[in-house]
Amino acid sequence: MRSVARHPLARRLVETVLTLFGVAVLVFTTLRAIPGDEITATLGTEAAGLSAEQQESLRAYYGLDKPLVLQFFSWLGNVLTGNLGFSRRAGASVLEMTANALPVTMELAVLATIIGLLIGVPLAMLSASRPNGIRDGFGQLVGLAALSVPNFLLGAALLTLISRYAHYNPNAQGFAHLTQDPLLNLQQMLFPALVLGFGLAAPIMRTARSALLEVQTQDFVRTARGKGVAPWRLRVRHVLHNALNPIVTMAGIQFGYLLGGAVVVEQIFSVPGLGRQVLAGIQQKEYAVVQSTVLVIATTFVVVNLLTDLLYRVIDPRVRAA
Amino acid sequence: MKLPSALSSPATRCLVAVAAAALVATGCSSGTPGKEGSTGGGTLVVGYTADPNTLDPWKATQFQAVHLLEQMYGTLTELDGDLNVKPGLAEKWQYADENKALTLTLRQGVKFHDGKPFSSADVKSSLERIQKPETAAVAAATVKSIQSVDAPDPQTVVLHLAAPDAGLLAGFATTNLAMLSKDDTSDMVGQKPNGTGAFKFDSRTAGQSVKLTADGDYWGGRPKVSGLEFRIIPDQTSVVAALQSGNVQFATLDDPLVARSAEGSGLKLTKTPSLSYHVLQLNARKAPLDKLDVRLAISCAIDRKQVLDTAALGEGEMTGPITSPAYKSDPNARPCPTRDVARAKQLLAGAGLANGVTIPAIVSQGEYATSVNEAQNLQAQLKEAGITLDLQTLESGAYVDKWVAADFSAAVALNGGRPDPDGMYGRYFTSSGNLNKVAGYSSPELDKLFAEGKATTDPAKRKEIYTQVSRHLEDNAAWVWLFSSYGYTATTQGVSGFTPMANGSLQNLREISLQ
Repeated sequence: MRSVARHPLARRLVETVLTLFGVAVLVFTTLRAIPGDEITATLGTEAAGLSAEQQESLRAYYGLDKPLVLQFFSWLGNVLTGNLGFSRRAGASVLEMTANALPVTMELAVLATIIGLLIGVPLAMLSASRPNGIRDGFGQLVGLAALSVPNFLLGAALLTLISRYAHYNPNAQGFAHLTQDPLLNLQQMLFPALVLGFGLAAPIMRTARSALLEVQTQDFVRTARGKGVAPWRLRVRHVLHNALNPIVTMAGIQFGYLLGGAVVVEQIFSVPGLGRQVLAGIQQKEYAVVQSTVLVIATTFVVVNLLTDLLYRVIDPRVRAA
Repeated sequence: MKLPSALSSPATRCLVAVAAAALVATGCSSGTPGKEGSTGGGTLVVGYTADPNTLDPWKATQFQAVHLLEQMYGTLTELDGDLNVKPGLAEKWQYADENKALTLTLRQGVKFHDGKPFSSADVKSSLERIQKPETAAVAAATVKSIQSVDAPDPQTVVLHLAAPDAGLLAGFATTNLAMLSKDDTSDMVGQKPNGTGAFKFDSRTAGQSVKLTADGDYWGGRPKVSGLEFRIIPDQTSVVAALQSGNVQFATLDDPLVARSAEGSGLKLTKTPSLSYHVLQLNARKAPLDKLDVRLAISCAIDRKQVLDTAALGEGEMTGPITSPAYKSDPNARPCPTRDVARAKQLLAGAGLANGVTIPAIVSQGEYATSVNEAQNLQAQLKEAGITLDLQTLESGAYVDKWVAADFSAAVALNGGRPDPDGMYGRYFTSSGNLNKVAGYSSPELDKLFAEGKATTDPAKRKEIYTQVSRHLEDNAAWVWLFSSYGYTATTQGVSGFTPMANGSLQNLREISLQ
C-alpha cells in the first residue's frame, strides 16, 4: 500500500498549491518593483504638493505604511477567506468585479477560438489541396496577413469604418452581459471576436496546412482514393479527421492565452474583461486588484488543467497505471 | 476500447479543457446591476477615456474625476467663460481689515442632494477639514492663508486671513475645494457623492459608466438634459467612432491627430486654447543647469514654433509662462525671442562649456500624446548648439514618481494652468511654495513680487506685477516655456449650448440641450 503523500493525486494537489503560491509571491514582488504607488497614481504630479503629514496620512489610508511581509500575508489571508480586496477606484470589491469580468473574457475567448478555427481550417484545406499552387499561395497570403496585421490596427480600422459609414457601433452602447441582453451582447462581441479570431487563424492555418500535407501523403489516403472515395469526402473524413489533433492542440494553446485577457482588443472595443481589469489595476497601482485578479486567472488555468488530468485518470486505465 | 483512446489524444484533451473552462465561466457569472445603454429621454452621453479614479472631490486630480465631480458639487465661487470670478455658493463678498478679513454672503435656499440645507456651518466645517493634514486634501495649500473661519449666522461666513491673499477668490472655484455637508466625511462621499451641484449621483458600474440625474432643486435652475452618462471608452479613436455612430454625443479630445480625424465627418468640433502649457522644465539646482548661461543657452537654442509644428501638427500657440487670458505673458518677451544658435554657443562658451554639455531629461510615455515627439525635436535642435539632451523615456507612473521627487535635471512636461497667476506659479516659484522643489528655481526678487501680487486686489497693479514675474522667469530661463495646446470638444449635431473653457472645465454641461 502506497502512503497518501505519494499518491499521484496528492502530489499533484501539492504542486498546484505551490504553483499558486509562487504566482502570488511573484506578482506581489513585481508590482512593488514598479515605480510609484497608489498615492502618485491617484494624484499624479499633484502628489508633489503634499506636505509630509499629508503623505503620511495617505500612506495609512492606502495601507502602504505596513511592512511588506505583513501586507503580503494579510492579503493572502483575506484571499483564503474569500475576500479578494476592495478597489477604491471602482468602489467595488475585487470579487464582484472579477465575477463580472471573467465570464466576459471566457465568452470572448470561446468565440474568438471558434472564429479562428472557422477561418483557419478551410483556408488550410484550400492551401493543402494544391501545395505550392495558386490556391496555396492565396491561402498562405491570407495567413501571412492575419499574422502580420496587428490587432490594434485591424480593430481601430474596423471600428472607424463601421461607425463612420454604417453608423453602427454596438460597442459604444453600454456593455450588455450575455444574460441581460443576448442580442446586443453578441453584436458587441462580434467585432472583437472577429479581430482576435483573424489573428488566431494564422497559427491554426499554418499548423493545419502542414498536418494536412503530412496526412495526405500516407498510404491509407492513397488506398481510399484508389477505392474511389469522392475527393471532398476524402479531404474531410479521412485527411482532416486524422490531422485534427495538432489543430485542436494549437487552438487550445491560443485559447489559453486569451483567458489572460486580450487587453488591446478589450480597450478598443470597450469590452469589460479581465485584461482591462488587470491593466486598470496596474495603472492605478491597486495592488490588491492586480494580485487577486492574476491569482484568479492562474487558478482557472491550473484548475482546468487539473480537471483534465483527473478525467484522464478516471477514463483511461493506462494513465492511471503510469 | 474506442472511447478512452479518443480522450487521451491531445485534441480531446483540449476540448475537455475548453468545456471545463466554459463551466467555470457560467458558474462565475453573476447578475450585474448595469442596465442597457439607452440614450433616449434627454440623457447626454459623454465619452470618457478612463474611469474616474476617485469620487472624493478633495483628492481628485485626474481629469475624468475632476470633471465628473464638478457636475455634482458646488464651490464658493465659479469662473465665467473668460475665467473671471463670479458668484457660486457665495452670492457676494466683501474685504475688510486691510484685506485681511473676507466676508462671504451665502446663497439662500441651496440644498445638498440628500435634502439637507446648505449653510455657513458646512463652509466652516469643509474649510477646516481641508486644512487638516489627515484629510490630505490636494488644495490645502490654496487655503493656507485662512487662519480662522467664523459663521456668525447661517448665511454669513467670515474668513480671517494671516495675510492678504488676492488669489483666494479665484482659488475657491476648484472642485478640490468643493463644499461638503458637515455631516459627511470625504470617505463617505467617496462612495456615494452628496453635493450641491446641478446633477445628482445615480449609479456607477466600475470600468463602464457613471450615471447622474438632473437636480430639480439646483439653485441655478434645473439643467436642460434629464441626466448625464459618462461612458468609459478607453481609446480616443474609439471615442470618435462612438460619436460618429451617434451612441455618444459629447467628448473632449486632447490628441491633435485624433481631433483632426474627427473633423469633417459630420461632428461639431470646437477648439479652445488651453491654460495648460508644454514646457522644458530645468532644475536650476543641478549642475550644470545652476549656471544661468547654460539655461539661457538652452532657451536660445530652441525654436518653439518648430516644436509645436513637428510634435503637435502646429495645433497650439507659442507661450510665455502665464497662460490665463487676463494676465497672459507676451511670448516674445524673452532674451531670445527667436532661435539664435550662435548666441547659444557663445553663452555656453562663456560658461566654460565650449566643448558641449550633456543634460539628462525625463520624458513620459503615454501621459499625453505629444510628449515623445516634443522631446525628440528638442533633442535635435539642442544638438546643433552643442547641447546633448540625454532622453530618458519613462512609463507615466515612473515619470510621475521622478517628477514628484524632483529627481531630474530636465523634464519634458505638460503642466496644468490656473486662472490666477498666483495660484498657477506661487506654489512653484516662491521659496516656500509646496512645489518649489520640483520647480528647481527661486529668488528673493520673485518672493517679493509674489508677495506683492497677493497683497493687492487692484487688477491693473496685479497685471503689472505678474508681467514682471513672467519677465524674471524668462530672463533667468527658470524653465523654457514652449506652447499651449488646444482642448477639443467634439459633439454630434443635435447638441447645443455648451461653452468650453480654457481651464478644461465641463461645468457648462448643465447648459446643454439635446435635439
